[in-house]
Amino acid sequence: MNESEFFAALRERYIDNSPHMRECGFVVEALSTEYVTVRLPVREDWIGDVENGRLNPGIVTVLVDSTGGLAALARAGEPEPIATLDLRIDHMRPAFFGADLHCRAECLRMARSIAFVRATVWQHDPHEPIASAQLAFMRAGARRVPDMPTHGVQDFVS
Amino acid sequence: MSARWSEARRAMREQHDDTLLIALIPYARYLGMRAEPGEGRLRVHLPFRENLVGNPSVRAWHGGVTAAFMENTALLQLLVELDEERVPKSIDFAIDYLLSGRPGDLYADCEITRLGHRVAHTVIRCWQTDIGKPIAVARAHFLLTSE
Repeated sequence: MNESEFFAALRERYIDNSPHMRECGFVVEALSTEYVTVRLPVREDWIGDVENGRLNPGIVTVLVDSTGGLAALARAGEPEPIATLDLRIDHMRPAFFGADLHCRAECLRMARSIAFVRATVWQHDPHEPIASAQLAFMRAGARRVPDMPTHGVQDFVS
Repeated sequence: MSARWSEARRAMREQHDDTLLIALIPYARYLGMRAEPGEGRLRVHLPFRENLVGNPSVRAWHGGVTAAFMENTALLQLLVELDEERVPKSIDFAIDYLLSGRPGDLYADCEITRLGHRVAHTVIRCWQTDIGKPIAVARAHFLLTSE
C-alpha cells in the first residue's frame, strides 16, 4: 500500500471501522501527515446538564482520543496498531448544545515506540478553544523491533 | 435553583435509586451508566454494548468512552456527596491506561482526595473483573458552585 492509498483508506475506514466512532457520526474534515481535523455533529445525547445545556466533558474526550489516534496513524503513513497510553485534557471554556464540535490534532513526535500528540477542540472559533489535550500512543507494531540499546543518533527501522 | 438535584440526591442516598440522577445527565444516560451504593462511595457500572467498542478486531472498549465513564463517575460521586445545585465544572482530567478494555462490563469508583472551597481533587479507578487489576486510573479537578 503506497502513501496516497493509505490516506484514502484512512479517510474512508478509520471512522467506519470503529463501532463507537461510527455511532457518534464523526466526519474527517482534513487529513495530512502534518495534522488532521475531525467534526462531531452535536446531539442531545452529548448534554451533561439538562438545566443549562452544557455538553458533557466526556464526549469531548471521546473526540480528542479518536482524532489523536487518527493524527498518529496519518503521521505513521502506513497501517500499524496503536493504543492510547495516556491522555490529559484541560477544559478551558464550556461547550453548549447547538453547534458541532471540531478537533484538530497533530503528532508532535513519532518516536520508535511512542507517538506524542497534541489536540485542540473548538465549537465556533478555532482561536477560542473549549479544550486542549496532550496524548501519548503506544505503537504496538514497535514490539517487532528488537529492543536494542541505542547509541548516539542511530535509528532502528523495522 | 432547582429542586430536581436535591430530589435526585435524596433518591440515590436514601433509596439507592439512581434514575433521577442519571436522567439529569443525558450523556451518562446515553452511555448506560448505573450508580450503585458501594463501600463508603458509589460503585458505578457501565454494561458492555457493541456500539461502545473502539477496535472491532478485539472488541475493545473505545478508550475515550472509558475516560468519559470515569470522569462521569467522579461527577456522580460529587453530586451525591456534596450539595451542588448543578453538575460541577470540569477543570482538567488525566487518564493512564493500564490494560486494554476487553468485551465485558466496566466498573469504577471515585475518591474525593481533597475538597477545597472552590475546587475538588478526585482520583478514579476503573476495573472489569478484578478490582485489584484496574484497567485505567485517572485524576480530575472540578470547580464547585457552593460558595
